[in-house]
Amino acid sequence: MNAAPAFDSTPPRRGGIGRRLSNLLYRRSGLLLLLLLLPPLAWFGIVYLGSLFALLLQSFYTFNDFTGQIERVLTLDTYVALFSAPAHIDIVLRTLAMAVAVTLACALIGFPIAYFMAFHARGRMKAAMYLAVMLPLWSSYLVRVYAWRLLLAKEGIVAWVCAQLGLGGVLEAVLATPLVGGPTLSSSYLGMFLVFTYVWLPFMILPVQAALERVPGSLLQASADLGARPRQTFAHVVLPLAFPGVVAGSIFTFSLTLGDYIIPGVVGTPGFFIGQMVYVQQGTAGNVPLAAAFSVVPVLLIAAYLALARRLGAFDAL
Amino acid sequence: MRSDGRASRWLRLAAFGGLAFLHVPLLIIVLYAFTTEDKTYQFPPPGLTLHWFEVAWSRADIREALWLSLQVAASATAAALVLGTMAAAAMARARFFGREAVTLAMILPIALPGIVTGIALLSAIKLAEVEPSFWTIVTGHATFCVVVVYNNALARFRRIPRSLIEASMDLGADGFQTFRYVVLPQLATALLAGGMLAFALSFDEIIVTTFTAGHERTLPIWFMNELFRPRDRPVTNVVAVAVILVTAVPILLAYRATRDDADAGGRNG
Repeated sequence: MNAAPAFDSTPPRRGGIGRRLSNLLYRRSGLLLLLLLLPPLAWFGIVYLGSLFALLLQSFYTFNDFTGQIERVLTLDTYVALFSAPAHIDIVLRTLAMAVAVTLACALIGFPIAYFMAFHARGRMKAAMYLAVMLPLWSSYLVRVYAWRLLLAKEGIVAWVCAQLGLGGVLEAVLATPLVGGPTLSSSYLGMFLVFTYVWLPFMILPVQAALERVPGSLLQASADLGARPRQTFAHVVLPLAFPGVVAGSIFTFSLTLGDYIIPGVVGTPGFFIGQMVYVQQGTAGNVPLAAAFSVVPVLLIAAYLALARRLGAFDAL
Repeated sequence: MRSDGRASRWLRLAAFGGLAFLHVPLLIIVLYAFTTEDKTYQFPPPGLTLHWFEVAWSRADIREALWLSLQVAASATAAALVLGTMAAAAMARARFFGREAVTLAMILPIALPGIVTGIALLSAIKLAEVEPSFWTIVTGHATFCVVVVYNNALARFRRIPRSLIEASMDLGADGFQTFRYVVLPQLATALLAGGMLAFALSFDEIIVTTFTAGHERTLPIWFMNELFRPRDRPVTNVVAVAVILVTAVPILLAYRATRDDADAGGRNG
């Protein structure tokens, strides 16, 4: 082995093209920014916003019932047809009512879970609870809907449990109630409401938990020092701070319910929901303009809801 | 109310009752995968068997659907990784005009109902007169997967100390070397997590897929047909268990990879 080469104190001068490009990008950080942003922006600009624009365009076309063709002339006829049929208005109101009911139920069921996770669970227990909420949020949407088919079937587990507890009569009485009932649990608004609540619940829990985690312990102590009872601290300190989290969660539960077409189809009543209407119109009916116009409705409802949520301070919690 | 105090009995009951509500139905599916009853959803199951796992595995239509779904999820994840990382790298380091609009454009696909994204893509497919195929499915999936990678990568970019990058440059590395040897190793677990979540999201996506799939049948489309017109109940139960496993594993890996990130992104998906 020869002696080690003398240490060269001058910086290495590799004048390769990579080095020159790198130097250029370092000096002109605006250019680097542009190069980094261009592909994602092109994707979203062309694929996604382009598609949304196509959707809007389709909704101004009309569908000719006689020829079965889409007429590419810009008119408001499809929107007039959408809002002048009482059946269509019913669909919108039915979907909206379900979305509100599901959102309230998710908030009521989700809040204690989020509260327990934020203030009482520690260490391994906290991690396990977090995973228990995160797993169903990310996965197996269809499977989770399917589970309720097994649960709600006439010969299924809910009916069995009711029978074992001697509550068969109660179940029948509930099903006989107008509006919420139906021939069986799996074809009633009550069943649909249960499945929606079940499927979207994790979307409510996590934002509420995140909001509660940020409540400073010192505020709770201050409240107690000033003589507030636990109940008062909860009502006047915790709840107002958690509220933006609840609103953030409700954006998901509201929006997801408005656009779903699987659950009303699997566990549902004969009356259509917005999502089903969009699905059927574009599919078997081939009436893409009406489907497009119908899908603009949830977008408007959500825009109105977001405007309301912004006023309530929900975006600080996202 | 004290954070270290014991929870009241009612709070405990409500919290654990709520969690049970979330998980008991999934356990029931696992139980039904072993039932000997094949015509109804009878509870309790009259007997238990492993037969249906064998039947499900021998079905060519299920295997093809599974393979297609895995390919779609892998392709969409790859696209989302590239686009999401680039966007995060840009957004982490700069303030510029229109920054909010870029964030909004990326969040929209998951903030709007899936059906809007689905019908929008279908409208574009029809107007552009493209034939729906494997690639239209991947395009749709990649669009809503980008934000997941983006959230994870952005959270990590913000945690990488600026001084590390400057030190690398001072020691003579160029920008590419710095990215390769300093930034990427720091970023790796966040990308793994984002990729895994994107994979799980894509693997069982149905709402957007039905609009972009044409005649292709992914596993969720196969599953949905069984939901509306049940033909093979016991086989469907087995597929349901398989879907739970295939999606749970990447999510658990993603959780392990990012649990140190205080603001692990993506949770607001």
